[in-house]
Amino acid sequence: MGSRHFVIIGNGISGITFARHLRKGDDQARITVISGESPYFFSRTALMYVYMGQMKWEHTQPYEPHFWKKNRIDLLQDWVKTLDFETKILGFASGETLTYDVLVLATGSKPAFFGWPGQDLKGVQGLYTKQDLETMEAATSKPIQRAVIVGGGLIGIEMAEMLTYKKIPVTFLVRENRFWEQVLPEQEAELVQKHISAYSIDLRLQTELKEILADEQGNVRAVITTAGEEIPCEFLGIATGVTPNVDFLKSTTLAVGKGVKVNSYFESSVPDVYAIGDCAEFEQPPGPGRRTLEQVWYTGRMHGETLAHNFCNKPVSYQPGVWFNSAKFFAIEYQTYGIVRPDAVAGVPCFYWEHHLGKVSFRMEMDEAGKIAGVINLGFRLRHEFFDRAIREKWSGQQVIQRLEEGVFDPEFYAPYHLEIQNAFQDQFGVPISTSKQSFLQKIFGARL
Amino acid sequence: MRKIEIIGLILFLVGMSVFTILPFSSQYRLSEEQLRSSVKDIHRDQLAELMQPMYGQTYTSTHSFLTAYSSYFKPYNDELKAKQAWDQVIWDDYGFVLAKAAMDGPSKTNPWASLGLSIGLIVLGGIMFNLGGNGASHESLTHTGVFHSSLKNKGLLGLLTGSYLILFYVILYWFPAYLAPLVWMVEPISQFLSGGPASQWFLYGLVYTLAIGVMGVRMLLKYRGNRYQQLRTASLIFFQTAFAFIIPEVLVLLNKPYFDFKNIWPLDYDFFYDYQLDTFISSGGLGLFMLVWGILLIVIGVPVFTYFYGKRWYCSWVCGCGGLAETVGDEFRHLSDKSIKAWQWERWMIHGVLALAVVMTALTLVNYFTSFSLLGQVTNQLHSMYGFAIGSAFAGVVGTGFYPLLGNRVWCRFGCPLAAYLGLVQRFKSRFRITTNGGQCISCGNCSTHCEMGIDVRAYAQQGQNIVRSSCVGCGVCASVCPRGVLKLENGPEEDRIHEFPILIGNDSIKLRA
Repeated sequence: MGSRHFVIIGNGISGITFARHLRKGDDQARITVISGESPYFFSRTALMYVYMGQMKWEHTQPYEPHFWKKNRIDLLQDWVKTLDFETKILGFASGETLTYDVLVLATGSKPAFFGWPGQDLKGVQGLYTKQDLETMEAATSKPIQRAVIVGGGLIGIEMAEMLTYKKIPVTFLVRENRFWEQVLPEQEAELVQKHISAYSIDLRLQTELKEILADEQGNVRAVITTAGEEIPCEFLGIATGVTPNVDFLKSTTLAVGKGVKVNSYFESSVPDVYAIGDCAEFEQPPGPGRRTLEQVWYTGRMHGETLAHNFCNKPVSYQPGVWFNSAKFFAIEYQTYGIVRPDAVAGVPCFYWEHHLGKVSFRMEMDEAGKIAGVINLGFRLRHEFFDRAIREKWSGQQVIQRLEEGVFDPEFYAPYHLEIQNAFQDQFGVPISTSKQSFLQKIFGARL
Repeated sequence: MRKIEIIGLILFLVGMSVFTILPFSSQYRLSEEQLRSSVKDIHRDQLAELMQPMYGQTYTSTHSFLTAYSSYFKPYNDELKAKQAWDQVIWDDYGFVLAKAAMDGPSKTNPWASLGLSIGLIVLGGIMFNLGGNGASHESLTHTGVFHSSLKNKGLLGLLTGSYLILFYVILYWFPAYLAPLVWMVEPISQFLSGGPASQWFLYGLVYTLAIGVMGVRMLLKYRGNRYQQLRTASLIFFQTAFAFIIPEVLVLLNKPYFDFKNIWPLDYDFFYDYQLDTFISSGGLGLFMLVWGILLIVIGVPVFTYFYGKRWYCSWVCGCGGLAETVGDEFRHLSDKSIKAWQWERWMIHGVLALAVVMTALTLVNYFTSFSLLGQVTNQLHSMYGFAIGSAFAGVVGTGFYPLLGNRVWCRFGCPLAAYLGLVQRFKSRFRITTNGGQCISCGNCSTHCEMGIDVRAYAQQGQNIVRSSCVGCGVCASVCPRGVLKLENGPEEDRIHEFPILIGNDSIKLRA
């Protein structure tokens, strides 16, 4: 192994996880992490909480500054401008250079913009980087009349919540027929839509952005939708997805598609150059039902873990397990385990239950044989370990519902939604389920259904 | 709702102003009869003679009254000390009782009106403010804005509030005479409950209980979708009101020893003091029951309950200090220091105080059972040092006065010897833990930010490791503030409770320790 110099471009979750695990497995390696965005690793997912005064910037940093020195991980704040894969020399915006033995690209994503007229105006932005947070804070530091958000996904709804905190009225443009159509089935989407309308979000489905209008100072003044409507606004959030942050690599010899092309060992087309996290594009989907781009927090973490393992041990190919994810739509939490298709498929049994107050729901998709394929739960919490096992071991839907109490992860004394779910499943599928018993304390003090 | 909130705030501020001004609105005129009925038999004649020049004089401020009192009292006492006539030296501080006896002012002549205009308005305004503010806010915004608030993020309002609290505690512990006018307005309540006169401690107990109640209402509203928080808050309000405030006063009314049945040694550090033991033993069956009850709580209650539920059964469901921290202190929880350095300090300090309390109590008991032949007055000096440094300065002034500066659990985290004892049980022999939900953590840091005990919860959650920390009081806010449903307070089998090498679910390529 020797003392090779590992240089990692990007200090997000994948790059940092790689660096930490490499250090654990290889005491000799020289490790340098480069980021122009921020001196220290921070949690991108917490940007919204800083904006809403729920956290301070330093709280987003999972490790104290002394951690890096102690683990001999050198941090360099600069932007990489040139890469020479022959001489293995990186050139920086500052004019400095650095030589690597192994280069790991972990440059993440950037908000996708689709060439709208006026998209470079002041007050038009995505939300991905620390700098995005700062410009958003500046743009909304004075009271404004209205903001518009484009894009019905997770970042869009986060931005809507952030602006709501500042009491800024929000118009939310969603191209599809429902919120997060690629992921959420109709009933869940409706539940979320109803919930956000309680926060006075003006949700416009099947509405796209066509053009952005400027005032004399070059600030956004209004948007025009594809329906031809002009909506005045002083802030426009673009949340139409993210795309790998690889522009600076496109002029090199590296094979780049949407992202940096890699095999299942994260090897790029150039020797000693690897790519992990959002910026990596697998040649083949890494698992059934997976995409060639994996752009969530925990996949970035797993890429980093696996690649570090491969430098310290016998290399293995990357194999993600059962799919899972989570999010939060204002006050409603969302989790999913396994695969649930957003649109019903004929002949595939699917169970759906919704609480009468319309803030809690549970869906389980099964295969033709009645085995669990995946679940989506809103408004209450389910245990990852339980569902990972159930899906892996192909439990029958009946068995999952029978044992559902073990799978609930809500705090103590919360309403026992699993009892209603058990009854509903019994009614819908005509199979016997013996409902769970409640403890004496839960019966007396627990929240009611 | 906004209107109710604003009116509430105005009423609260008016009440606070009256409460603050009242101590300056009185005058003092001491008579010999007042003096004679206020001091102990053994000092009666000496003091009656010493204070002769004060009789009939009118003093227009507490300060001038106390200055005059000292000018007669101090030279006399100092002379005795110089002569080393220790048995004649007067160790009692009669400043407060004399000031109270001699006082004349609106709070004495119209106690109910004074009470209503000060504490009454504070309570009413506080409840209105909380109803208006928290009743209207959306669930998703429960924890937002704390770092944009001057009060909650060490801005000017935070500094002012902290200073006011610190000043209040300093006066309460060391200059209580200045509170005499405030004590007079709660005199009727004290007479009703215990049949006896009100002391500064009665005033403090009443204010403390009301504060937990008013801010408890706020917690109930803030967490209206969270049954765990609601039950916990209701429990804290109940134990403070019934066990810490009303029952001890009623015991006095019934001529029984003043006793808080939920206070446990070594937090209740004078439980084994000689005079306490004498009181228990000389108070018949109930006194003996108190003694046995107190010991049972220490040797059986703490280990057994903590084994099954973790230290939370006490610290965030029962304890009075916890009660104040979780209600009044709730909006300062994020100010706790999360650094590893703070954790190191914490471990030395809290276990140091525990060791100190144990040694002090052991010496006291040895001394007690050897009829003071072994150590004589040493234990008395130890008691007064501990009472000053730990009981008053640490628990009171720093523990509560510094809420807006250091967070709401400074005492519980760095100083409380009972918390240390509970924590040792929780760490090494308990079914309690906070579990993390597989691979769902996104390292956002909300849990760590809002942990009042300064535990870096995220450090565990992001590697799928159960949180088993001696300091965790099980308030459950980490679980509530988590946006991804990752944290859950659980009691379960001891097996696999502590993961040395946790594995995050999701990566089938490798199994490695995080």
